[in-house]
Amino acid sequence: MKKQSTLKRVLLYIRPHIGLVALIVLLSAAAVAMTLYVPIVLGHAIDLITGKDRVDINGVLNKISLIAVLVILTAVIQWVIGVINNRMTYSIVRQIRTDAFLKIQTLPVSYIDSTSHGAMLNRVIADVDVFSDGLLMGFTQLFTGVMTIVGTLIFMLALNVKIALIVIILTPGSILISKFVASKTFKLFRDQAAAREVQSAVIEESITTAKTIKAFCVEDRIIEKFEKTNDDLKKASVGAIFYSSLVNPSTRFLNGVIYALVALAGAVIVLPPVRGISVGILVCFLGYANQYTKPFNEISGVIAEFQNALACAGRIFELIDTPSESDNASVDSFTNGVKGKIEIRDLCFSYVKDKPLIENFNITVEPGQMVAIVGPTGCGKTTIINLLMRFYEPDSGRIYLDGVDIHSISRRELRENYGMVLQDTWIKKGTVAENIALGKPNASIDEIVAAAKQVHAHSFIKRLPKGYDTVVDNEGAVLSQGQRQLISIARVMLAMPAVLILDEATSSIDIRTEGMIQAAFDKLTAGRTSFVVAHRLSTVKNADLIIVMKDGHIVETGNHTELLCRKGFYNSIYESQFLHSEEE
Amino acid sequence: MLKLLKLLREYRKEAVLAPAFKLLEALFELFVPLVVASIIDNGIANSHKAHIIKMAVVMVVLSFVGFTASVIAQYFSAKASVGFATKIRSKLFTKIMHMSYSELDKAGTSSLITHMTSDINQIQTGTNLTLRLFMRSPCIVFGAMIMAFTINTKLALIFTAMITVLSVIVFTVILGTVPLYKKVQNSLGALTGNVRENIGGVRIIKGFRKEDSEKESFVNNAAELERSQKFVGRITALMNPLTYLVVNGAIMFLIYRGAINVKSGNLTQGEVIALYNYMTQILVELVKLANLIITITKAIACGQRVQGVIDSVQGEYKTDKKHETKNGLPKVEFRNVSFRYPSSGELLLKNISFSVNAGDTVGIIGATGSGKTTLVNLIPAFYDVTDGEVLLDGINVTDIDKLSLRKRFGIVPQTATLVKDTLRENLNWRNADATDEEIMRIAKLACVDNVILDKKDGLDSYSDQMGKNFSGGQRQRLTVARALVGEPEILILDDSSSALDYATDAALRRAIASLPYEHTTFIVSQRTSAILDADKIIVLDDGEIIGIGTHDELYNNCITYREIHDLQFSSNGDGE
Repeated sequence: MKKQSTLKRVLLYIRPHIGLVALIVLLSAAAVAMTLYVPIVLGHAIDLITGKDRVDINGVLNKISLIAVLVILTAVIQWVIGVINNRMTYSIVRQIRTDAFLKIQTLPVSYIDSTSHGAMLNRVIADVDVFSDGLLMGFTQLFTGVMTIVGTLIFMLALNVKIALIVIILTPGSILISKFVASKTFKLFRDQAAAREVQSAVIEESITTAKTIKAFCVEDRIIEKFEKTNDDLKKASVGAIFYSSLVNPSTRFLNGVIYALVALAGAVIVLPPVRGISVGILVCFLGYANQYTKPFNEISGVIAEFQNALACAGRIFELIDTPSESDNASVDSFTNGVKGKIEIRDLCFSYVKDKPLIENFNITVEPGQMVAIVGPTGCGKTTIINLLMRFYEPDSGRIYLDGVDIHSISRRELRENYGMVLQDTWIKKGTVAENIALGKPNASIDEIVAAAKQVHAHSFIKRLPKGYDTVVDNEGAVLSQGQRQLISIARVMLAMPAVLILDEATSSIDIRTEGMIQAAFDKLTAGRTSFVVAHRLSTVKNADLIIVMKDGHIVETGNHTELLCRKGFYNSIYESQFLHSEEE
Repeated sequence: MLKLLKLLREYRKEAVLAPAFKLLEALFELFVPLVVASIIDNGIANSHKAHIIKMAVVMVVLSFVGFTASVIAQYFSAKASVGFATKIRSKLFTKIMHMSYSELDKAGTSSLITHMTSDINQIQTGTNLTLRLFMRSPCIVFGAMIMAFTINTKLALIFTAMITVLSVIVFTVILGTVPLYKKVQNSLGALTGNVRENIGGVRIIKGFRKEDSEKESFVNNAAELERSQKFVGRITALMNPLTYLVVNGAIMFLIYRGAINVKSGNLTQGEVIALYNYMTQILVELVKLANLIITITKAIACGQRVQGVIDSVQGEYKTDKKHETKNGLPKVEFRNVSFRYPSSGELLLKNISFSVNAGDTVGIIGATGSGKTTLVNLIPAFYDVTDGEVLLDGINVTDIDKLSLRKRFGIVPQTATLVKDTLRENLNWRNADATDEEIMRIAKLACVDNVILDKKDGLDSYSDQMGKNFSGGQRQRLTVARALVGEPEILILDDSSSALDYATDAALRRAIASLPYEHTTFIVSQRTSAILDADKIIVLDDGEIIGIGTHDELYNNCITYREIHDLQFSSNGDGE
């Protein structure tokens, strides 16, 4: 993303807080004016103490009281500015994070499948953090900085034009230095961010699969791989940090030169014959010269931070700008409930453009029928599920639910009518009860327990440390693979959707438990359209329609008896299952 | 946090030189007010123009030397802080990789990732600023104070008082905000969890239309984070104004006392100005210091979190004991083994005893949650037993060095995952020197050679993160191949055919049985067909062995086993 358009986007986020921005600007102006006025008062005070017996104590005290008032006011305003700035920054940060999160929620599943999860996470968390640091640091400092510069110039011009001119002439030097460093560091920070993203991906993957890594004793190899990314990041970081930190010393040096010149010129002007200013005002000028270049330091420091923040913001916006899956507005297509008739017409799909996986797929499923999809692994069974649920979009062809093209309704409405149990079980962090009630959040505990009992999960849940209130997540060791699958099935039992999708729903469940929950499944599928992907042919034997797939193509369709008679591919898979029973 | 600092040792030179050069720069700055005082008291008072010009040149030279010192310091500082962070990252990552299974369970993936990324970044920023400013600022502050003492002892006491008050303010804010920053980081952790869930569980969340409740949970956590950030912000925002107040209060007092002293002739105007200049130098430094403190506080909070993780890792027991392998002993033996996860109260395995001879195939079957995986996890000592002993060749597995122990195993875990790398680098995990021929030979055994050959670059093709570019079944067969490379002595197949069709599964098992060397095999399965030929079948129920023997023995004596078997085959049978 271009730097400027990124900046524009950042400004768009700031716009709702325009009132606060105006307040900050106003308050900073007041604070700056008072801060700048204090040295002048001090200068006057110093002029009242020129030497032995030439001191006006009362005059000095008057000046001091004036300073006290100014200082207290300034301190209060500074605090208020800080608080307002925090308020604005953190609410913008929250807004950006929320936008990024909402985007993730609407990203096509295919995008999420093909993108590094760690990198995506990094954008929402770490990048936004860096961005907020840059913005938080940047915002007030930028305003006070600019205002201090302008204010100082005005005050200096009012006090003495000649000295003021010296300062003004040397000013562009500071700006040039800042600009040079800023342009140099933007690229370096971008490199650093890129290196960090690569590393995040390795970290995410390695920590998630840590157990497997340990089982194979390849920790060292993984560590080596990590070390490489760590080295790359180190190189990128040293460069970025070093160059960005050159701003301060450079401007400070220029500051030193200006300071010396002001001292020189000021002293000459104080002396006769000019006598343009008093010693006190010279001190005041020197104070200004110091303060005047300080904001340049700050601004350039801020700019370096800003570069980094912008690089991160660019990556966040890139995520936010990833096209969402389009969703057609829903006209309530199914006011009378869904019967569950599904037609698939001329469906074509491929993951890779020139490698068609599903070609010209056609079936009609009457309401209440059970469709089984069988075939060797990797033949595209799960892909059909992905298309039915609209996780993926077909290249061409149509799918109709009760005669309505599923692309003309919203995904939510479509999925409302589906219940699914997937091969890769996924447990949400939360209690067991919450996980079962995922599809029916208002379910009573009795209903939840009933669903768990139906799938014979009740006994193991009861034995968990806190029963149904035990907190589980997708990673911990609390639940075994099979137990997770039972919970996934209980979810569907509770939700009672019109169309069921069972993708290897019982692959990790032992055959005895499977047998026991079969009755529950039968009850569930009775009168409901269901799609069942399974490798155990015993589970699909009773299907009304069996789709036999091989290499993405449908090689046979029919019911169990028909397919056996045909002595084709189905028959050969079927027989291989009984290899052992025949051997006996 | 202190222990982490040891990692800075390799950058000792840079870590010392950076502040040293910063100090140098600061020293040169400290001379400037004296030069100005000289211009006023000598140059202006005596109308001595040559002196004024000389002093101006001195100032420019001081600036230039300071600049050079500063650039050098910035370089060392960048190098040291980045190097330090790199070391910590490396150390923490190594620690994580060496965590035992139960430690991994306890720490949790999300928070480990936050520690590796966001926490360490904060430490890096904090270190960098510390090296650059933390020495410089106190040096200027105390240097200015010492300079003040050389001018006038009594007035310099004002400096001492001011610095004391400021230190109290600064430390109160630091100590007060450290726990608050920890709270902020924790809220951030919760938010990270939200995002992770929505990426990893995308299908379930969409399938069950949980987008709204997920959004609500995210929005709540984001609001909580914002609240805690604002709260800390309000406190830290006090720092600057308070500093400003204190310093200016001191300046006012200085001018007043200065006026009295000048009146009595104890002090010159130029000296008052010099003192005032030192005061403003202190102010400038303290403002920087205050901002720095905020960053450092965050870094310390993060450092403590990282240190906490590093300290909590016991790692795994290492032993140098040499063991004589005795012949005639069982290959694997369980003696009265009981087990519970440190995190949950229930015993998952109760009083398990059995023994297995070398070369045998053992089937483990039982209901979901009966403890099958837990049992096989104890053989390579992934978890330590709660009671009893697990013996390998007669030696307690806890007495064997974990690395040499595990190298003897070929394991196919339940969840099939690969890492982002070439297929070759994924498959040669057990033997980094395996030739392509060997890998392809094994791949053929695992029925996955076609998957590899179909890819454009064969073994050089890349696997995506977690192996996402392969189907579940392909992934499973690849992980089988990964376990078979390098002739493992003991094979553990933990329900490794759940995503495979029967034909593939059967072919795979035949291939494993026919491996041309002695290997002991454990097969965890839901299907009796997968373990029919096993030399020994263990039937588990609720963490206890309820049957052990061959298929025929169990079929006749163990009701549960017979039920499992009949269910599987009768339902198939009546279709014929």
